[in-house]
Amino acid sequence: MNSARANPINTFAMHGALILYTLIALFPVFVILINSFKTRKMIFREPLALPDAESFSMVGYQTVMKQGDFFLYFQNSFLVTVGSLTLILLFGAMAAFALSEYRFRGNMLMGLYLALGIMIPIRIGTVAILEMMVSTGLVNTLWALILVYTAQGLPLAVFILSEFMRQVSDDLKNAGRIDGLSEYTIFFKLVLPLVRPAMATVAVFNMIPIWNDLWFPLILAPAEETKTLTLGSQVFIGQFVTDWNAVLSALSLAILPVLVLYTIFSRQLIRGITSGAVK
Amino acid sequence: MTALTLTNVNKSFGTVHVLKDINIEVNEGEFVVFVGPSGCGKSTLLRTIAGLEDVTSGELRIAGEVVNQTPPSKRGIAMVFQSYALYPHLNVRNNMALALKQAKESKETIEARVAEASRMLSLTDYLDRFPSELSGGQRQRVAIGRAIVRHPKLFLFDEPLSNLDAALRMNTRLEIANLHQQLGATMIYVTHDQTEAMTLADKIVVLRDGRVEQIGSPMELYNNPANQFVAGFLGSPAMNFLPANLLQDGNPNTLGVRPEDLFLSEDGLLQVTSKHVEHLGGDTNVIADCHGHQITLRLFGQHAIDAGQSLRLGIAEGKSYYFDAAGARLS
Repeated sequence: MNSARANPINTFAMHGALILYTLIALFPVFVILINSFKTRKMIFREPLALPDAESFSMVGYQTVMKQGDFFLYFQNSFLVTVGSLTLILLFGAMAAFALSEYRFRGNMLMGLYLALGIMIPIRIGTVAILEMMVSTGLVNTLWALILVYTAQGLPLAVFILSEFMRQVSDDLKNAGRIDGLSEYTIFFKLVLPLVRPAMATVAVFNMIPIWNDLWFPLILAPAEETKTLTLGSQVFIGQFVTDWNAVLSALSLAILPVLVLYTIFSRQLIRGITSGAVK
Repeated sequence: MTALTLTNVNKSFGTVHVLKDINIEVNEGEFVVFVGPSGCGKSTLLRTIAGLEDVTSGELRIAGEVVNQTPPSKRGIAMVFQSYALYPHLNVRNNMALALKQAKESKETIEARVAEASRMLSLTDYLDRFPSELSGGQRQRVAIGRAIVRHPKLFLFDEPLSNLDAALRMNTRLEIANLHQQLGATMIYVTHDQTEAMTLADKIVVLRDGRVEQIGSPMELYNNPANQFVAGFLGSPAMNFLPANLLQDGNPNTLGVRPEDLFLSEDGLLQVTSKHVEHLGGDTNVIADCHGHQITLRLFGQHAIDAGQSLRLGIAEGKSYYFDAAGARLS
């Protein structure tokens, strides 16, 4: 162990900084959580106080459960996020494999073309996308959202994954070819497990913006049966009156699944990193 | 019977011409070593034979059959890679069995062949381990085992020893030589190390810049090099090259003398000053300066020579080689 790491002052400073950052990052979440369990009056009187016997109230959660089909919204958000992530990772990894593995005419141009999407925000095309969805009859379906998010996520996914795939040993892939594995088996069995940390990174990068997005659900799928969680929560925010209890409760519930997904992916990320280190 | 025939094989990557008109014939049971400096195309040549690269033109036959269009897994070859290239998610047994499973061999055959190979390579105790739990030498043995189980027509080795440390390299070299004797299989071995080439090969193919410089048995190449490149590449320490007119015979060409063909002599033709002396116990290597040219002298046994000492050297009878300005050998 090196001396810098063993030094107690350094250790203290390092952990101090990390703890401070954790507190700052968790503070808004904490405030949302505690206030979601308080009465409306107490939210405004003492926003930072913990709920006690007097101020405790589940009224927000009751409103959320009663008004609107919260579980449907939840399910919609979940389907859209998981569906988009699956497609982004699958197609992103396949495109990245082709770009990094095969020599073909226009390989470089194709790579640049696919990376171009990183620089152009997809929202610029909102009107055209809406027209397209209307003419294909996809408006107010979850597929509209999944397709748009997949398009939005692919450029970065291809870019990151192709960089990582270039680092996968050629010998390993060639050994597979000599042993008679198909290109698909080589891709799924040999290459994907080795780029798992990169896949987890791409998944985390894409997951949060998709889960939190309000723009596309509002424009492409505002119908009751396709509302996502973020859009569903908006019913509690009015121009004149906002039901803060309900908003905070809805937000608290919305945080949970993201936390679960994040935990899964970050564990993959860490496992990927360590398995690479011992090889 | 010929195990492998290459006829006018060319390979280009875009505008870069990597292999130029390669013609090689390998007989069954032969151990052939491709040797050359890095970037000479020897690995590309091996990968072409394996089918991992297409040939641009020319014909490639394995056991008499043209295999230009045959995918690697159908060519009857097995390859051992420098980086071992073991499948990280499979244990030793499955690493070896994978190719046979892909070829839809019966369970009994697979088991028997894996058992046979692991006995040969003393891997029996490690069959359930994963590659990450093995040492470098064991991993290389698994890689060799993976080749053996396939009973290939042709073994291809791509610098299999370069990732091993010196002691292990020597042991594994012996193991490979033994394996060749036991199996009697045709093996093609790529290396940049001339010692490996000299010790293992029945036949050496010296390559430079994508061209075959010379083909022959190790001793043929050593005693009768076709050109200055081959002469300088094989042998350690390397052959000395001097302007022949240092001997005052008016010859405009280059003189080549192997370090062991020089000897100390009072009336020797070459006047040199020793610069550095390496005492190896069995041998003594003297690096000396001869009119501004470096010359290496290898003496057997131990000699008390100091740096800065003046020496006269003689050249053993019939052991001088002459090369013209282009490097071709003059008889």
